Amino acid sequence: MKKHLKLALIALTATSVLSVSAYAHRTWLLPSATVLAGKDNWVTVDAAVSNDLFYFEHQPLNLDGLAVMAPDGSAVTPENIAKGRYRNTFDVKLTQDGTYKMMVLNQGVFASYKLDGQQKRMRGKPDTIAKDIPAGATDVRISEIQGRIEIFVTSGKPTEAVMKTTGAGLELVPVTHPNNLYAGEKATFRMLLDGQPAAGLDIEIVPGGIRYRDKLNDSKVTTDESGAFSVTWPSPGMYWLHANIRDKKTRIENAERRAAYSTTLEVLAP
Amino acid sequence: MRLTLSAAVTSLVATQATAGDATISIDIPRLNVAEYHRPYVAFWIESASGDRVSNLAVWYATRLKDNEGNKWLKDMRQWWRRTGRELALPADGLSSPTRAPGTHQISFDSGAGPLAALAPGEYQLIVEAAREVGGRELLRIPFQWPPKDERKLEAKGEHEIGTISLAIKP
Repeated sequence: MKKHLKLALIALTATSVLSVSAYAHRTWLLPSATVLAGKDNWVTVDAAVSNDLFYFEHQPLNLDGLAVMAPDGSAVTPENIAKGRYRNTFDVKLTQDGTYKMMVLNQGVFASYKLDGQQKRMRGKPDTIAKDIPAGATDVRISEIQGRIEIFVTSGKPTEAVMKTTGAGLELVPVTHPNNLYAGEKATFRMLLDGQPAAGLDIEIVPGGIRYRDKLNDSKVTTDESGAFSVTWPSPGMYWLHANIRDKKTRIENAERRAAYSTTLEVLAP
Repeated sequence: MRLTLSAAVTSLVATQATAGDATISIDIPRLNVAEYHRPYVAFWIESASGDRVSNLAVWYATRLKDNEGNKWLKDMRQWWRRTGRELALPADGLSSPTRAPGTHQISFDSGAGPLAALAPGEYQLIVEAAREVGGRELLRIPFQWPPKDERKLEAKGEHEIGTISLAIKP
């Protein structure tokens, strides 16, 4: 990575984390537990942007776009939101039985350009960003971002209500419930882009614990015509799953749409 | 005709004579560890294909206020997945407190409870134990139901469970 690009990226992540990243950093949410029993449990979640999974070593993940959905579909207010140097955290009290979804949506419009030989990046509004770019800027690129980072947590029996999709950007539809994953077993999911099957999409799957091994041990799968892909989990642990696309489906002129999806899945020992 | 009749009488007598048709015995080992908690233990039966499950017993911290002991039930992770998360606990005839180290027995009558509902076929008895700040272990004993003759089947654990045995009678 060139030095000026790195600096620009750091500046941007510090203010508003770029969840749709063309760069090496990974964005993630890491829950303290995904399978819980009993009543009135709490889950605490770390939110960070880093190279190695799942270590806090680069930037906290901005939680402005955080939303938590209870098993009945209602919104839950996250508690104890705290900002750290390397990670942000929040807590969720699980008052209902079933599956919760916790998500960070990063929607926005960004522009990058060169001015006086310097690489610049800015955040703007869809209607005005083209005008806000200074006169004399060259190499102008405008991107509409649709980033979704989500995790699933289940108290008691897994439920499906929170799996409803919105039809915007990249989304995951479980065939196998995301809190019912076991090493040695095959799990299947479907990816949607704007509510339609995302065929031919590359999915990257990386097991956590990178710091203590020499190889990344990642795997790549491609979705079929129905947007489906399957993974057979090699070992228990936390896995990071990511996909992104770039296209021209945006109402902003001469802009690129970049949609991304990340989730963290816990695979249990059988 | 006579033969059929006599066979029916014999089987009736046999059923009456053997109340307690399946007896499970479990050794909970005494462990020399810094912090010891009695294990949570779940006992259940699965059909060979795994698609039918009958709960036999679950031993856990039933006496804490507000059912706080339920929180660790998921540590018996196979049981939790197979059946535990579907249950409302405590449940009569299923829940009971954890047991101290030593040998414990539980018996089931073929005419009542989980065994009465068991269709003839291949099954496994599964015993899973999980201990707070300790380990977890799962043992299986395959068996045929109803049994052709009296038999005692065993499985040996390595760290959380000693020996378990299943004594079954026709």
